[in-house]
Amino acid sequence: MDRSDKTIFARPEALTDTITHYCPGCTHGIIHRLVAEALDSLGVREKALGVAPVGCSVLAYNYFNCDFLEAPHGRAPALATGFKRLRPDMIVFTYQGDGDLASIGMSEIIHSANRGEKFTTIFVNNAVYGMTGGQMAPTTLAGQITTTCPMGRNVEQTGQPIRMVELLSSLVTPAYLERVAVHTPRHILQAKRAITKAFKYQSEGRCFTLIEVLSTCPTNWGKTPEESVKWLEESLMSYYPLGCKKDPEKPELNDGTV
Amino acid sequence: MAKILMKGNEAIAEAALKAGATNYFCYPITPQTEVAEYLSRRMPEVGGVFLQGESELAVANMLFGASSTGKRVFTTSSSPGISLMQEAISYMAGAQLPVVIVNIMRGGPGLGGILPAQSDYFQATKAGGHGDYRVLVLAPSTIQEAVDLMMLAFHLADKYRNPVMMIGDGMIGQMMEPVEFPEKYKEPPLPPKTWAATGAKGRKPIIIKSLYLDPNLLEDNAWTLHDKYEQMKKEEVRFERYKVSAKNRILLVAYGTMARICQTAIDELEKKRISVGLFRPISLFPFPEKQIYQEAGKKNIGDVLVIEMSMAQMYEDVDRAVRGQKQVSFFGRTGGIVPSPEDVVEQIEKLIDKRKPKAKKKKA
Amino acid sequence: MPGVTIDKNHCKGCEMCVKACPQKILAMSKQIGLKGYFYAEVVDSSRCIGCMICAITCPDVAIEVGVHGTSFALFQY
Repeated sequence: MDRSDKTIFARPEALTDTITHYCPGCTHGIIHRLVAEALDSLGVREKALGVAPVGCSVLAYNYFNCDFLEAPHGRAPALATGFKRLRPDMIVFTYQGDGDLASIGMSEIIHSANRGEKFTTIFVNNAVYGMTGGQMAPTTLAGQITTTCPMGRNVEQTGQPIRMVELLSSLVTPAYLERVAVHTPRHILQAKRAITKAFKYQSEGRCFTLIEVLSTCPTNWGKTPEESVKWLEESLMSYYPLGCKKDPEKPELNDGTV
Repeated sequence: MAKILMKGNEAIAEAALKAGATNYFCYPITPQTEVAEYLSRRMPEVGGVFLQGESELAVANMLFGASSTGKRVFTTSSSPGISLMQEAISYMAGAQLPVVIVNIMRGGPGLGGILPAQSDYFQATKAGGHGDYRVLVLAPSTIQEAVDLMMLAFHLADKYRNPVMMIGDGMIGQMMEPVEFPEKYKEPPLPPKTWAATGAKGRKPIIIKSLYLDPNLLEDNAWTLHDKYEQMKKEEVRFERYKVSAKNRILLVAYGTMARICQTAIDELEKKRISVGLFRPISLFPFPEKQIYQEAGKKNIGDVLVIEMSMAQMYEDVDRAVRGQKQVSFFGRTGGIVPSPEDVVEQIEKLIDKRKPKAKKKKA
Repeated sequence: MPGVTIDKNHCKGCEMCVKACPQKILAMSKQIGLKGYFYAEVVDSSRCIGCMICAITCPDVAIEVGVHGTSFALFQY
């Protein structure tokens, strides 16, 4: 029997050793690890190119062991489009928050998805603008209190929260779109599978891939990490159902034809 | 190669290909959409990348991504479109990314009009975006020069790792003139692009960004850019003199199409034995300040007259360059109106009359 | 016997691993790490089953899991 010591869980090679700036309990760190593990498992770290947004993950380039671009707010999909079109052989991914992708960058993400750009987008949805201190985002829930809707989001005045995966799934262009969460081990495992699958599809040049990841924001939700997990489970997930909304291998899902 | 009759927009497109820039992102806007139409046919022939984006804003950001590969990339647009690109241009300057952007100017502000104008001088030369950065700006006055400057623009963009803008008014885009292309653009050697993002294989990751949260590092970056602009001022000032001589009584300063119109006016005046010289800046940044200062300082020059298709924008730089040695006045039409040589002759004669001692003026 | 090592300078004291551990063998230390957070530590490594759940839930990749001989693979990670 082999009694040698074996490491069965360690920091992926695609993650640097830098201590992140994310708040304690913020699940950005888990999502970073899952992306890094995907890059490692597919062996593509050395030909990967990440595009960081503006927001909490603006400093993502310090945490990944691959080349990175830092995009203007909301424009990461455009940078990724420009890069991927010239280097289709490289694995390109954008890592964006809900303010970056669903607000200022809405046009860029919709048109990148509609053109079927062959890059992967990791879309982190924590229902607030984190970096700037917890303002209302397009994904903020009705009645949710933030620093710019202190009486709770009034949907009569600001409209309803936007479900990005469903919105993008209405496009006819093929894509792989799934919403996952990372607040419990079981969900983390599902998220890992989805993220790895997205990068696999990209390495096969299949289609545009986007994974929406529900994520916690203890600091700006005004909750402890544990309370944040509970709120995500009860409130966020009830409005943003998990699951795959579009997959080239599952045509029975919504393929955009009405 | 033989001369071929070509429309400005298409000549500019072909010039880019000659410079090895086979990656073009665009958005339709009059008066330069023919560049996109031409390249949508040509780019597949040369195996390049052609993509029409959802907005000029998106296009400019695609350029950021594309330029990060180290390959030559460019776009062409017109005034309102260029406004939408300013944020990305600021980012590319800050991240030291080479890119070539062509502005075939139209009347402004706002939606303005679609006819030729030179109203984007400030936007181009005074950094239309935020932060301490400049853009190298070239202004052709003929289609052949547009071809030559377009190829040069790619060389300078790589040499300085900075956005380079070529601005021509609508005429430069819409006119047809015979042009000649080299087989391949011959250019001085350039250092290898070790800064490009090619995948962290056997090296530490490359990060292309303009974000420096540490103020010392951001200031260092600003000084790096500043040093490049100082080098541009030493090495990249370009201009042309037309019939400048000791007999000149007036010095005209004009660029682009306006300069060509001035040349015709100068020829007309020469027949009336009125000697006028023209100083034509070709690089608008770096601006030929020293040369204008020297020209204006000559004793024979009575007046400096700046003529633009705008409401006096380059005028401010000329006035600053002359430093009060002589009176600097302005004549211009804008909104898409292109002054005729006769208009220019009339302005010059008015200026000369003003200088005549009162007694000699005959009563009408 | 599996072993969990927690990097006390990467740990930000969010306590997610402490709550996730099925064997309840993790607890917060009275000491602080480089960044001034109370870090998590292993209270009884003999009862660790090498399930990696602590490492999976850690947002800061502060936990490494090693195995010495057999380990209980509850799921494929």
